[in-house]
Amino acid sequence: MDPAPVAIRDLSYAFGTGELARTVLRDIDLSLAPGEIVLLTGPSGSGKTTLLTLVGALRAMQQGSCIVLGQELAGAKEAARVALRRRIGFIFQSHNLLGFLTARRNVAMALELKPGLTEAERLARAGEMLAAVGLADRADDRPDRLSGGQRQRVAVARALAGVPGLILADEPTAALDRQSGGDVVRLLRDLAKRRGVPILLVTHDPRILDVADRVVTLEDGRIVAADAGV
Amino acid sequence: MSTSAPGFGLDAVWLPLRLAWRQLRAEKARLASAIAGVMFACVLVFMQLGFRSALFDSATALLASMRADIFLKQPMTTASFRPETFPRARASQALALPEVWAAVPIYMAQSAWRNPENGSRRAMQLIGFDMEAGVMGFPGLAPLLEALKRPDTLAFDSRSRPEFGDIRRILAERGPFQGQLGNRRMEIVGLVEIGPSFGADGNVVMSEVNFRRVVKDRGATTVDLVAIKLVPGTDREAAIARLRQVMPPDVAVLSQPELVAHERAYWKNATPIGFIFAFGSLMGLIVGMVIVYQILFSDIASHLKEYATLKAMGYSNGYLGRTVLGSALLLAVLGFVPGMGLSWVLYGVVGKATFLPLAMDSARAAGVFVLIFAMCAAAGLLAMRKLRDANPADMF
Repeated sequence: MDPAPVAIRDLSYAFGTGELARTVLRDIDLSLAPGEIVLLTGPSGSGKTTLLTLVGALRAMQQGSCIVLGQELAGAKEAARVALRRRIGFIFQSHNLLGFLTARRNVAMALELKPGLTEAERLARAGEMLAAVGLADRADDRPDRLSGGQRQRVAVARALAGVPGLILADEPTAALDRQSGGDVVRLLRDLAKRRGVPILLVTHDPRILDVADRVVTLEDGRIVAADAGV
Repeated sequence: MSTSAPGFGLDAVWLPLRLAWRQLRAEKARLASAIAGVMFACVLVFMQLGFRSALFDSATALLASMRADIFLKQPMTTASFRPETFPRARASQALALPEVWAAVPIYMAQSAWRNPENGSRRAMQLIGFDMEAGVMGFPGLAPLLEALKRPDTLAFDSRSRPEFGDIRRILAERGPFQGQLGNRRMEIVGLVEIGPSFGADGNVVMSEVNFRRVVKDRGATTVDLVAIKLVPGTDREAAIARLRQVMPPDVAVLSQPELVAHERAYWKNATPIGFIFAFGSLMGLIVGMVIVYQILFSDIASHLKEYATLKAMGYSNGYLGRTVLGSALLLAVLGFVPGMGLSWVLYGVVGKATFLPLAMDSARAAGVFVLIFAMCAAAGLLAMRKLRDANPADMF
């Protein structure tokens, strides 16, 4: 049995210090199994986004333990966190593609951090990823010529291109209409399942709960419910 | 360029630079304004440094054009337009040394020149010397030597300022003609080329006999400068050392480069010229730096989310910093090349208008490039601080 790609134990986190400290996460215990898709949901301010940034090594840990892809993040140095981020695929609420690069080159940016690839190999793999998200014919368009759903699919391709060990997604459907939001999430699920990549996805959107293997609900910084997916 | 096998080394420079170039290229208007900013600084620095060196060059043009090995001057002489005199006998004493082939007295003074076109008077630098000696290398002098040996003749410096009259035109129309220098009628027999300086707006050259006819209060026994030519094959340094031994303290013995440097140092230290142009160059560099900084800064500020995304993907601060620095250095190159071209054109135009010897030389071009490069690098380093605001944890 593979070790869990994400193993969180007794994690607590507070913003501010001293009198002004505001605890946003308390005693979180959460693990992802290999290939598992977990939705993290809960009201605004429940701490789910903070949890996602901690797992993504975007934020320094304070208390507890969080092992991601074998790397303990408690006390990890900046360089170790930067190295870990390269093994994680991120999908954000807005696509955040570089406006001056074509879709293909945006995806190839995720591959430039991988040593041992030639430029031709990077562009070829980026093209394959775009084909996998159904955008083979738009590969040489800049983001401003793509629809919102298409841009988010480019972002999915970028997140998956580097063959990540984990996908973290933050409200990936928030900026999309029902149809394209559903399409993007199902596309993400199918690609991840095929590759066995686990996903931790923060969402408010009740329409996409059906993609999850498990739904975890946070309230006031605590896990209040963990249900198997529909 | 894109192979990156084990080292990852070349790509660490090449890929950020390529990203910087793609970003610059994407917004043509912004790129154009950035290049214009760098060009502006470049042209300003080129003009300032050009003027500075042209003024120093013109100040020493007269001395630099003399074809002698060693010079004697009065130690108190600070600048050639205001010489102190010393005994002519020193020239004869120098001749006593076997290695000295010729020692030629040179007389210098200023006198009023009457503009033959409108009659106005203006101070003119007079240079008198023995026409036989062959120590003066002024272009155009050789064919006039015989004419200049006649009484009351002179040759006019064609690069003198136009306030002295259009002598070239009159000579072309009428041939040699009578003019007035001091209180004497002199025949202008031809043109030489020397160039005006700070101390003198124009020059005329004549034989030492004619010089004493114009400058009546100067006896033949005191001179302003002695130019010494050595017997071919003589060691100049050894000859200078021997001359210093035998000469009394009322003369200083200098090689030609030393004499030119002495004159240059006077203008550098006794006038604010050096400071003025250094200050002007600095202002140009600061303005250029602010323009480049503004453009790089606003670029980062308007793309904070994209930069933060790259950080979330695992791009290091160092990589993004190299991208910003790469943009700055690309702007340096893109602005310098047209800036140098424009300066080159301006050198021609301004040089014609001011009679200053403005010329583009490779040492100055390299120096200005280093300055522009440093200016852009400083702007890039300042703008890089804005990258800290691109915090991926704040993106969610």
